[in-house]
Amino acid sequence: MCLGVPGQVVETYHEHDVLMGKVAFGGVFRRVCLEHVPQVKPGEFVLVHVGFALSRIDEQEAKRVFEFLERMNQLDELESPSQDAESQAGESDEPLEKSPP
Amino acid sequence: MSDPSVAGIDWSSCPTPKSNYDRILLGHGSGGRLTNELIERVFVPAFDNPILAALEDQATLNLAATNGGAAGGLPRLAFTTDAFVVQPLFFPGGDIGRLAVHGTVNDLAVGGALPQFLSAAFILEEGLPIDDLKRIAASMRAACDEAGVQLVTGDTKVVDRGKGDQVFITTAGIGIVPPGRNLSIRSVRPGDKILVSGTLGDHGITIMSVREGIEFETALESDTAPLTSLVQAMLAACPAIRWMRDPTRGGLASALNEMASAAGVGVELVESTIPVRNEVHAACEMLGLDALYVANEGKLVAVVPADDSEKLLGTMRAHPLGQNAAIIGTVVDEHPRMVLLRSLVGGERVVTMLAGEQLPRIC
Amino acid sequence: MKYLDEYRDPVAARKLADTIARTVTRPWTIMEICGGQTHTIVKYGIDEILPSQIELVHGPGCPVCVTPLEMIDRAHAIASRRDVIFCSFGDMLRVPGSRGDLLQLKSEGADVRVVYSPLDAVKVAADNPGRKAVFFAIGFETTAPPNAMAVWMARKRGLKNFSVLVSHVTVPNAITAILDAPGNRVQGFLGPGHVCTVVGYDEYEPIASQYHVPIVITGFEPLDMLEGVLWTVRQLESGRAEVENQYGRAVQRNGNAQSRQLIDEVFEVCDRKWRGVGTIPQSGYRLRDAYRDYDAEKIFAVEDICTQESTVCISGEILRGLKKPHHCPAFGKQCTPQTPLGATMVSAEGACAAYFHYGRHLVSLDVSTDTPSLAAGDRR
Repeated sequence: MCLGVPGQVVETYHEHDVLMGKVAFGGVFRRVCLEHVPQVKPGEFVLVHVGFALSRIDEQEAKRVFEFLERMNQLDELESPSQDAESQAGESDEPLEKSPP
Repeated sequence: MSDPSVAGIDWSSCPTPKSNYDRILLGHGSGGRLTNELIERVFVPAFDNPILAALEDQATLNLAATNGGAAGGLPRLAFTTDAFVVQPLFFPGGDIGRLAVHGTVNDLAVGGALPQFLSAAFILEEGLPIDDLKRIAASMRAACDEAGVQLVTGDTKVVDRGKGDQVFITTAGIGIVPPGRNLSIRSVRPGDKILVSGTLGDHGITIMSVREGIEFETALESDTAPLTSLVQAMLAACPAIRWMRDPTRGGLASALNEMASAAGVGVELVESTIPVRNEVHAACEMLGLDALYVANEGKLVAVVPADDSEKLLGTMRAHPLGQNAAIIGTVVDEHPRMVLLRSLVGGERVVTMLAGEQLPRIC
Repeated sequence: MKYLDEYRDPVAARKLADTIARTVTRPWTIMEICGGQTHTIVKYGIDEILPSQIELVHGPGCPVCVTPLEMIDRAHAIASRRDVIFCSFGDMLRVPGSRGDLLQLKSEGADVRVVYSPLDAVKVAADNPGRKAVFFAIGFETTAPPNAMAVWMARKRGLKNFSVLVSHVTVPNAITAILDAPGNRVQGFLGPGHVCTVVGYDEYEPIASQYHVPIVITGFEPLDMLEGVLWTVRQLESGRAEVENQYGRAVQRNGNAQSRQLIDEVFEVCDRKWRGVGTIPQSGYRLRDAYRDYDAEKIFAVEDICTQESTVCISGEILRGLKKPHHCPAFGKQCTPQTPLGATMVSAEGACAAYFHYGRHLVSLDVSTDTPSLAAGDRR
């Protein structure tokens, strides 16, 4: 429901003792409050909502859907249409994120 | 469902009063539905004449007909008026004066006229620094020279402090329409192609970036520019161009909705072909805006028979103001008066008229 | 834009849609919670590229839409005061109260300003020491950290002229209200991606197991939504009912610890009225007593303003996924974004407003899927 847009941290600074950052969204820059992502370093990406960074973007996780699609492409190349049922069974073994211990 | 015959201006089928508002709102100036409503409710009935009722961007006046002179003896004049209230007065890429000259010239040019003369009336707020006014005047002079027009008459009024927003400029413009030139919104036909001369949303996003409460840093500049020479090159290469408009406030979406309604045709756009700068795209994402509705001040949209579209595209791209020109859609006879867009992922949606002011959203 | 545009790739979208089509064996009804997700569905025509067995119903996740009428009236009362600068997110300005919306109030001379961030409203307070700056603090849990930060910063900087009008709502009890409602057809949920970025998704696990519904925490781009639907369908087809996290690039199970801490310091949970739905217990936040000096409701004594909702509109049923916008006789006629009758038309993310903006009142009904569809033959 909430407009959250990924942006890249360019630099960080403090204003009134609060951690702020200059964040690049494509070609535009805005000041963003980084107080709740204190470990973020310039170059990393954050998810920004109304001028506030909610979390860091996890690059590994971001690739996941594309890796899944890539695997599907490879499966399609290997298999003929009559083996679709088998490829479906393979897909349902997709690692699903469970609660971490 | 709403009355299908008035798709895109469906408020005319609504049983409740067209607008709940009895005072002017900012949305009445946005170039979208509320603006059109105001024109239809207040101005057209008051000034009822066929030239005004055509609601083109400029009025083409046939002096021969009114003077009883021989047809072809006197030139046709194009006549337009415009008003400029932008804040801030000075912004990246221009100022209110430059905008005023370009805006007026462009209204004439997209009708196929050669702009010749402008007038300008200034409403100044008490307390405005005279240096600011000098800057604006100098800027207008430079813009006139660049556009090949002369500012030949003007007026000035001053209002009390607090009664005006520093400077308002109202202009009028006169141009000559060459014989045989008949661009008209109603000559658009199914099968025609729709082209834009470049990237959308540059001006509106630039203004928003310097607006208090929203400000952001960007290298973007307003695209304000005089389009006369581009239009002349286009008409020379493709005299069969049906209609053109400069999509200012309300953006491309509003201009195409007006065309679809006036001509009784449908429009199909392809999202992936619509040129938008990365910075405009990024700012729209950040603020939750849609570039299709954001103002442009140096761009035009043109409708041309399909056979001429590639040639026209080449001509536009060869001109400095048309380097990012693109073919973005087609006029169709299905879904008349409705503008559809095929999205990036293949689904379709309707591009409706802007309702009220476009405000940044949270969701 | 990185982490945005690549999630709109048409080939990938097609691939995911085809996978869903191969996976589904019978009809399923899935609700997306967030208004932003509804927006994506309608903007990109996601429901058009999904197989017809999947019905997407739209949830109540639009904070602008569900802000109760009386809260708008309270805002109106505060903003009318000459000593007040009333700051708000843009989309709240068009929400009509009993006496019109805040845009109309602005046209009558009130100092009403759009801000992009609550922190900008703090700046307004600092820049205008002689006047009172009030910020309309609405939102789901997503907006709670920035709103809390604004209050916290105002206190830190010793600003005496800043306050917030709070109307926060929270998701989990809204989901159970939907599931408990008679006639509920929702079988699975696309969970609120950005809400869970802040508060995590551990609260949803008891809901999934108690009601036996899959909940897939989903992002907002087309590929996210398609993947969310795919995972939900897989669970439904195999009879599972778990919480899964599709939006892993932004969401972790425990959310953002610092945000949770600040929310807990500044706010406390309370009952909240949802426009079109009624009061849902323990479904909102209000300022804690320790922060009452920043509570605009107390400062301006507007707590007693109470208003009854309109009986005409069917927002409540739409927000609970029981009906769709085109089922409402007023949709697109008496009820439009310019003349909204109820919650779901007032903001761009409300289901009715999204449908209207993307023209679904202008096209024919595809009776096989009960969806306004451009593909359904006779386009008007």
